[in-house]
Amino acid sequence: MTVTEDQGPDVAALEADFDRTVAAEGRVEPRDWMPEGYRKTLIRQIAQHAHSEIIGMQPEGNWILRAPSLRRKAILLAKVQDEAGHGLYLYSATETLGVDRGELTEKLIDSKQKYSSIFNYPTLTFADIGVIGWLVDGAAIVNQVPLCRSSYGPYARAMVRICKEESFHQRQGFELLRALMAGTDAQREMVQDAVDRWWWPSLMMFGPADGDSPNTQQSMAWRIKRHTNDELRQRYVDMTVPQAEALGVTLPDPELRWNEEREAHDFGDIDWDEFMQVVKGAGPCNAQRLANRRAAHENGQWVRDAATAYAAKQAVKKVTAA
Amino acid sequence: MSMADDTTAHVEGEPRFDGTPKAVWPLYEVFVRGKRGLNHVHVGSLHAPDDTMALHNARNLYTRRNEGVSIWVVRGDAITASSPDEKDPFFAPSGDKVYRHPTFYDIPDNVPHL
Repeated sequence: MTVTEDQGPDVAALEADFDRTVAAEGRVEPRDWMPEGYRKTLIRQIAQHAHSEIIGMQPEGNWILRAPSLRRKAILLAKVQDEAGHGLYLYSATETLGVDRGELTEKLIDSKQKYSSIFNYPTLTFADIGVIGWLVDGAAIVNQVPLCRSSYGPYARAMVRICKEESFHQRQGFELLRALMAGTDAQREMVQDAVDRWWWPSLMMFGPADGDSPNTQQSMAWRIKRHTNDELRQRYVDMTVPQAEALGVTLPDPELRWNEEREAHDFGDIDWDEFMQVVKGAGPCNAQRLANRRAAHENGQWVRDAATAYAAKQAVKKVTAA
Repeated sequence: MSMADDTTAHVEGEPRFDGTPKAVWPLYEVFVRGKRGLNHVHVGSLHAPDDTMALHNARNLYTRRNEGVSIWVVRGDAITASSPDEKDPFFAPSGDKVYRHPTFYDIPDNVPHL
């Protein structure tokens, strides 16, 4: 017996077929052959995205009990519930790649997988709720819309659902801020203060500059990602500037200006040291976010156990009754 | 109160809950009928301890905005799929039968209603 016979199907042929499918804008579905690197990249990216949605419930959940009206409370509750839903759509997508979502949760609370650094910043006032909707969800939309055409079918389909719902998130945020801007001086200052704190972290949401993003090229070749980090960041800045003007707030960047030649906005340098600090766990809320997630998971164990036990009892009753 | 402590509720002959399950809830695939007149369409999956909870979870997860009038949940392990590879010869029998399509037939343009 030769070695080649031992290897089963011809991997080179499978890979060539995979590459052709992806290059022709075809979709890869769960049970198709795929390169191990593609599978691993997807699991890492989708899990990180799922974790971000789940952790993202915390900064906003912080204000549910203190929302200033029943209307705002109902909206915020619906939004936080959406974030949970988004996390679950995405965990569902990862499971089509052969991982278990329980395992992913364990990895999150053991800090073996990451989530978006933006959620390691605190929500200090109710204006932060508006700014998260406007800037943070706005950045998320810019990131996520191209992912609706991602080469991996289940991921792309989850993103379609998510993007539909994000639009509500962004609009409620902008409306909330408009209400505050139409209020008192103190309320307008509150909005400006929130914008000052969230603007730079929202730019960091697009990830490292292209020169420092080692995974981008392969992800783009695989059509997992469709644009580089810097392209998306630029698009976001260009979209956001007129919105800031409409709102009457100042984006905290003295170097931000229209560049006639590039037909795009120039903007100042991002503090990548701060970004790396927060990624590595030294942000203002990293420890708190993970401790809360761990507590929720561990304190919920008895509920999951009870439901399992109940299901087992009911199953037996059904059998004995039959 | 934890179910793990609830030994009094145990009935002889039923499987005893031993307190250390960490049981993984089974995977359910979810299908939603968007509105009357349309087929149920696969929308995703979830985990639940039993069929009833699966249905409730599916309602909460996949129809928060009137996306459906009817939901099916099916345990993943109850689904029989065509093959591990979606590009395999299983569908080959239909590949070489172009005459099953109306466009196979050459009809002059001036013949109406064909």
